[in-house]
Amino acid sequence: MSIFSTKKSWINLTIWVLIIALIIAAPSLLPVFRLNLLGRYLSLAIVALGVDLIWGFTGMLSLGQGIFFALGGYCAAMFLQLNSAGEFPNGIPEFFGLYGVEKLPFFWEPFKSSIFTLISIWLLPAIIAGLLGYLVFRNRIKGVYFSILTQAALLVFFNFFNGQQKLINGTNGLKTDVTQLFGQMVGSEIMQRWFFWISAILVILAWFFARWIVRDRFGNILIGIRDDEARVRFTGYNPVMFKTIIFSIAGGLAGISGALYTVQSGIVSPQFMTVPFSIEMVIWVAVGGRGTLLGAILGAVLINYAKSLVSEALPASWMFIQGGLFILVVTALPEGVLGWIRKGGLKKLLFLIGINKKLETYPSLEVNEQGEVKS
Amino acid sequence: MQLLLESLFNGVAIGSVLLVAALGLAIVFGLMGVINLAHGELMMLGAYSTYITQLIFKQVSFLKPFYDSYVIVAIGIAFLVSGTVGILLERTVIRRLYGSPLETLLATWGVSLILQQFVRSVPLAYASGLVIALFFGLFSPLFISDDLLSGAKGKLIRASIWGFSALLGVATGGILSSLVSKLSRASARNVDVTAPSWMRGGIDFVGITFPKTRLLIILITLISVLVVIFFLDKTAWGIRIRAVTQNRPMSDCLGISTETVDIITFGIGSGLAGVAGVAVSLLGSVGPNVGGNYIVGCFMVVVLGGVGNLLGTILASFSIGIMTDLIGAGRLLTIWPDMPSPIYSTIDFFATTSMARVMIFALIVIFLQFRPTGMFPQKGRMVES
Repeated sequence: MSIFSTKKSWINLTIWVLIIALIIAAPSLLPVFRLNLLGRYLSLAIVALGVDLIWGFTGMLSLGQGIFFALGGYCAAMFLQLNSAGEFPNGIPEFFGLYGVEKLPFFWEPFKSSIFTLISIWLLPAIIAGLLGYLVFRNRIKGVYFSILTQAALLVFFNFFNGQQKLINGTNGLKTDVTQLFGQMVGSEIMQRWFFWISAILVILAWFFARWIVRDRFGNILIGIRDDEARVRFTGYNPVMFKTIIFSIAGGLAGISGALYTVQSGIVSPQFMTVPFSIEMVIWVAVGGRGTLLGAILGAVLINYAKSLVSEALPASWMFIQGGLFILVVTALPEGVLGWIRKGGLKKLLFLIGINKKLETYPSLEVNEQGEVKS
Repeated sequence: MQLLLESLFNGVAIGSVLLVAALGLAIVFGLMGVINLAHGELMMLGAYSTYITQLIFKQVSFLKPFYDSYVIVAIGIAFLVSGTVGILLERTVIRRLYGSPLETLLATWGVSLILQQFVRSVPLAYASGLVIALFFGLFSPLFISDDLLSGAKGKLIRASIWGFSALLGVATGGILSSLVSKLSRASARNVDVTAPSWMRGGIDFVGITFPKTRLLIILITLISVLVVIFFLDKTAWGIRIRAVTQNRPMSDCLGISTETVDIITFGIGSGLAGVAGVAVSLLGSVGPNVGGNYIVGCFMVVVLGGVGNLLGTILASFSIGIMTDLIGAGRLLTIWPDMPSPIYSTIDFFATTSMARVMIFALIVIFLQFRPTGMFPQKGRMVES
């Protein structure tokens, strides 16, 4: 087999086997609580991949990914609520009774169908992202104006969802952990295990998908837009179309991520659309390394894991650490950790602390312990 | 007619809070191209300064007779506190990031997180001590001649200035925490600023009551705007600031110290955030998150008005204020009760404060479809603009 003939392919294969083994074994290695957290963070990695696509590759800093994240979550939660609403009066979810609503609002109807839900989880956020993006990009609004507008859009959605008790239970959000799916409680251990596996698989699929997007000409145009949009336009491409497509893809990824996060955290609420959460998504990518897809995944999982560990030990200090991370990554590590490593940062660090000696030559040569030049 | 006047007054009152908050942002964003997401937290520092000033006036015996005028003193103190923190921010972080606004956005968000947690977990007495230490450490070298500050001796002098400032800060912290017990413990709870007696109640005019706090806020805004316009138009440093805004390398060549200009611009912008904080503290309780409620609205004002244009900022904040009152308080429905029913039910749907926000932001986004660069766009011949 030719693809396994080189050393690199063997390393790759080993890594993949390890990853898959770890995913399969994780439920028996980790306590239920930690497994649930890991599953949540893996689902957050999917939204981080979307942020990386639009920010790391296309240069558009969206502070409104929370919209699409929450929309995906609401789609999933609405289906689950309807799925187990049979026992309640009028056959509609319980919370409607609190506000005296007797008839299901019209937009809930299609969510009775599981197929519609599975499609709408990614399609609905993607369509809304595409529409919003098209309106903004058409007017050549970009850079910080784009960021501010996405933030404003986030607030619009937040206030809307927060204020509509009679339609979607307003600020209380929709609970999913006590709903039924396939005759099982969604919050039960066995369901959570399956959701963990689904999240892990979807992260890998999303990674392949994102890699496929940025690898070819399409990805080159995205990078071109990031580096010099005017030049891309003068070369005959229409940046509006490319930006709209990639923004809508990122929205779809955010929707999937939000749905997975919702079923694992047990609730979707307007809190998913607060300003800090959407900016946090950016910092995962920034720390991991923008423009490196793996960095986005690692950043999302590791920072969130660190967050939960630090918050358990010293609740007050996480804000300081997070704030410091923002400043540090922007001023000292603009490429993120992975980008820094890929640019030879580790070698430089070793050189700085004197472990790895280097001769001042061009091209640079390394020396061994006896001070001889390595061949 | 009366109703219209009342609505107009309320709108202007809401708008003037927005304006005084957005003024500093407009300067920093418009003149320096820096997105300062910590602006809300600088406002929060201003609001806390008001609270601390009020407590000091209440507790210290020789200041007690002047309690009624603490608000006016607080405006000055808030300006200095926020300005000092802003200059520190500029010197340490933002200076490295000029020319890349998205990076400043992320870095200042980090700063805002740190400031929020700082007021939660540090006792306010020692926090004020720290600000005083920073103030003297940053500004006292300005009053010492350059000869003394150069060379090895200069380093010693600088170090001793910082040492002295640190001592002063610790002393202030200690004195404050022993004088005012409320300031000696860290607390995440919201605090309330009580208005002095002359600010309570309202003034009756043609059958409408105008609350005095609102009138004072309008006055503060008016004075701030006039001072800023005067400073930018008439003073030497104001003209230098505008020159740097128009063409940085050329101003540098002509001998303007762009670094000093940056410090002054950012300091004034941050100081104005502090003044806005005083206004905000008069309206409701003060907490670590108080700034977050205003920051997005401020940015909308700046974008809607057109970046780098004070007139646009003023018009935008008043139109947003009046719209908020007309829609949010349901006043449009009272003024015009027999409007067509589909419009009536739509506006009725949006007639709460948060839903009014939804509608106004949506309207702004629609407006930007037609005028992408705001009401008064900057003119230029760049490809990008």
